[in-house]
Amino acid sequence: MQAFIKAVSYYLPQKELNNSELSALFPEWGVEKIAGKIGIDTRHIAAENEFASDMAIAAAKKLFKEHDTAPTDIDFILYCTQSPDYFLPSAACIIQDKLNIPVKAGALDFNLGCSGYVYGLGLAKGLIVAGIAKNILLLTADTYSKFINAKDKGNRTIFGDAASATLISTDGFAYIGEFELGTDGKGADKLIVKNGALRNPEKNVDVKKDAYGNEQSPGDLHMDGPEIFAFTSQEVPVLIDSTLIKNHLKKADVGQFILHQANKYMLEHLRKKMDIPVESFYIHMANVGNTVSSSIPIALYEAITEKPAASNEKWLLAGFGVGYSWGATIISFN
Amino acid sequence: MDIEKFISELADQYDDIDTSGFTSETLFKENEEWSSMTALSIIAMVDDSYSVRLTGDDIRKSQTIQDIYNIVFSKSTV
Repeated sequence: MQAFIKAVSYYLPQKELNNSELSALFPEWGVEKIAGKIGIDTRHIAAENEFASDMAIAAAKKLFKEHDTAPTDIDFILYCTQSPDYFLPSAACIIQDKLNIPVKAGALDFNLGCSGYVYGLGLAKGLIVAGIAKNILLLTADTYSKFINAKDKGNRTIFGDAASATLISTDGFAYIGEFELGTDGKGADKLIVKNGALRNPEKNVDVKKDAYGNEQSPGDLHMDGPEIFAFTSQEVPVLIDSTLIKNHLKKADVGQFILHQANKYMLEHLRKKMDIPVESFYIHMANVGNTVSSSIPIALYEAITEKPAASNEKWLLAGFGVGYSWGATIISFN
Repeated sequence: MDIEKFISELADQYDDIDTSGFTSETLFKENEEWSSMTALSIIAMVDDSYSVRLTGDDIRKSQTIQDIYNIVFSKSTV
């Protein structure tokens, strides 16, 4: 049994935060210059009463509508989020009910960020190849905006909220190839929300400025951008080379490289370092920002529309970030 | 490695402030332009020009351009 991507859709919350609004909020800070470098004009922000599972459900409904699929077709839900509704139960169970997916379906949450979509494809492929499920709904959704301190200009500039839905099945438009994965928990404190869960329950403790002047409390999202950039510059080229080898491909055999849309500056640095031509390196983040686990499916959706793949064309998908966690695979179009 | 070349490469990562007075003793983080974006640009420049992986901690513990140069030099294989 082989696993294929059959359909992809995504959802963006209505409210936007554009660069001029950021500029008005932080007049002393060169938002336009920084946002220009990282390639983001606007980002979407979940409403106060809108949570990640609501967005995942909206993305799934779009997928059912856009791709003529019924909830009754689904026999497994994989839900990737770092913005859980509750400590328990798994939001995937709530999603099953709200989407009227049959009670015979399996469902689970998994907690990953920027690598989450690739891991989700890997888990879905495993379930299909093992004969456990046939039509898997892979959902990704995050609302990092709810973790970011209102005065943290850096993270507010980078991150946007979004959700995606992907149907993985025994047939579809692109075969899912071999995977390379990796983990290095030494980077855990480089991108973290330290307080608010069980180990450090106290949320509203001392707000301090980080090394770059962003105000954060330990209950807020903290990202050491330069350190993550350093990790990425080192690890991603190795990840991509090993994924190509595992799939018996050369760089030139890949029609599009779709990397986690972290920021344009980082992506351009990686592209040049790996010597990938600009036309084979898809970037789509100007109107969404860094949407964590939804960035690859959003870019994939847009790339399929904008640059339809030729028959037998291979695309490489690579995610990397919070954890540290990383993963890549090849999808091969029919 | 040539420190004069390094100073000029580092100065190129600043867009707004006047860097013509940069020397090895300049406190490169003590100016109004300094941000995580500048730190990230310096890491990228060092990766491109010297194939050295500078970490966020390397930047954090450096004060002068000489400090950061010494770290790059110690990690460099050329």
